[in-house]
Amino acid sequence: MSFLQIVEGPLFWVAAAVFVLGALWRVGGLIAMKRRRDIAPPTGSAAAGFIRGNLRHFLPRAAFARRTWIHLVGGYGFHLGLFVLLLFAAPHVAFLDKRILGFSWPALPRWAFILVAEIAFAGLIILWVRRISEPVMRLISDADDHVGSWLTFLVMLSGCFALQQSHDALRATHMFLVDIWLLYFPFSRLMHAFTFVLSRGHTGATYGRRGITP
Amino acid sequence: MSDQQTAGQRPDEAQDDRQDGAAAAVGKFLEFTDGAVASYFESCVHCGECAEACHFYLSTGDPRYTPTYKLLPMVKAYRRARAPLRTVRDMFGLLPDDPTLDELREWGPLVYDSCTMCGRCTLVCPMGIDIAGTIARMREGYVAAGLAPEGLVHATEMVRRTTSPMGVTAKALRAQVEHQEKETGIPISLDEKGAEYMAILSSMEIMGYPEVIGAYARLFKAADISWTISTKAYEATNIGVQIGSGALAREIVQRVVDAAEELGVRHVISPECGHAYGALRWAGPNLIGRRYDFEVVHIIELIDRLRREGRLPIGNRDARRITLHDPCQIVRRGGLLKEPRRLLDAAASDFVEMDNAGIANLCCGGGGGVSANPRAAELQSRAFSCKLDQLNAIEGLQAVVVPCANCRSVFEDALDEREIDNFEIIGLGELVASTLDQDKAAQG
Repeated sequence: MSFLQIVEGPLFWVAAAVFVLGALWRVGGLIAMKRRRDIAPPTGSAAAGFIRGNLRHFLPRAAFARRTWIHLVGGYGFHLGLFVLLLFAAPHVAFLDKRILGFSWPALPRWAFILVAEIAFAGLIILWVRRISEPVMRLISDADDHVGSWLTFLVMLSGCFALQQSHDALRATHMFLVDIWLLYFPFSRLMHAFTFVLSRGHTGATYGRRGITP
Repeated sequence: MSDQQTAGQRPDEAQDDRQDGAAAAVGKFLEFTDGAVASYFESCVHCGECAEACHFYLSTGDPRYTPTYKLLPMVKAYRRARAPLRTVRDMFGLLPDDPTLDELREWGPLVYDSCTMCGRCTLVCPMGIDIAGTIARMREGYVAAGLAPEGLVHATEMVRRTTSPMGVTAKALRAQVEHQEKETGIPISLDEKGAEYMAILSSMEIMGYPEVIGAYARLFKAADISWTISTKAYEATNIGVQIGSGALAREIVQRVVDAAEELGVRHVISPECGHAYGALRWAGPNLIGRRYDFEVVHIIELIDRLRREGRLPIGNRDARRITLHDPCQIVRRGGLLKEPRRLLDAAASDFVEMDNAGIANLCCGGGGGVSANPRAAELQSRAFSCKLDQLNAIEGLQAVVVPCANCRSVFEDALDEREIDNFEIIGLGELVASTLDQDKAAQG
């Protein structure tokens, strides 16, 4: 069995299983902790607040947009770019079709892939440079923040190298890094990809009962 | 001898005390970490945007005042003892140590002096983390470890002796009420059974702004509602909520509940005091473990309700250029956003909003027990500069409505300190009372 076969085969499936089970365990653990019961008579709905809280924090409030525009540009550039690449890069569509789902959808043309990849890279680099240069972010960042950023960067970079699918070594490198990323994900702060729903939701529910969405 | 070691103690005893103190704090941190707090700790991506919303960071530029950083000892305790998958992290030696007493002591100024629990950081947080609410829980650990600031500890002792953090006695209340009866010519009943409403007041209002009591008398006479003040439970200030003592907070709420139920009132009026509203309206039922037999209504909510029902006819509107300060616990964390604005629109002809008005308004810098903590005085004064910038941006400003007695006192002290006297600081109830149409009110 070649290295490529290992990283696309057994190692990928192990990594994917750790990713899924780990993420479920962690999110399930948070849900199992439950929230403190609130018996104060409400003026609004906690459930509606949960949803409103989740939606409201996708967009910045005008009062802060001027001060946080770098994060907005970098954050949305990186995240949107990453999701588009993940779901619409031609090799990903083919991989999901053949190995997992059994159906496919239209993939990005090459020019669009390059454009989106550039946006995603620029966003990630902006966020990381800010993390190492801005005094607040330097103070509060820890190793997990840097490892998560670098792993994601390397996955994206190797993915670009492997785009043509012409060299097995490049494809294997990309898949190996993907496997590492999947293994690291559930134990790291990358889990914010799932936990944000809970944190926004809890705050939204708490204050939703008070008729306001902070 | 270290500064932690008290006279006559052996070094090993002092060491034991330190461990006990830290363990007590960690125990409370974990007790107060429910699924909501855990999700906050799990989702923070260390982006630091919360700093951009914090008046302590904005006024000093010190990264230590970044709101999420203030939570670090509690986060460490959580990661070590409660976080899902912590056993896997432990296998790789990645679990943090529990916070030590020295570390907790070092963090004290971040937990008490530089956080007014205003909740503005939540607005900017992409994860919607309620840092203010988590700081409130963290303070429970500090109280358990005996690490609360001296000023707040002194206030709690005063509450235990007199029910008031400023030592306001029932005798002093009676004197102020009598004075207001003379001022307004309206009788004010004390301990009246069967009254519809029972008003509670903050110490600051009773002693510093007693005209608030006169305003109540005028408003309620105009609206023809019966009200009273209990001499057993007149104090609205809940120092337990501020310092982080659930037990004391419960005791203070219970006192109000007992008095209200003894008098048989249908409503208790929470005064123009930010945290008092949160303590009684939102935390109170959870503290005592049941809902009340009466409704808690904020004075702003009540005046707005009465005015909309046509029971408080407004006469000549105040013509001064007036702006509104949004007390954090009433507006952002209390949900009363529209009510004060409706009242100001009705009572003032030149009401202008300040920058960031409403839910995103800046805190005065003295809430959450900061103004009762002398250790934080200098920091509080610096934080007020953010508020002053908002006021200075309004050309021709003549008055600021500050519907919270604590904020009002912070405003007045800060303006005095800076020798600024070109605008007046007033309460919202007093403003509405002063613009009542007396003729129509008299006709009912």
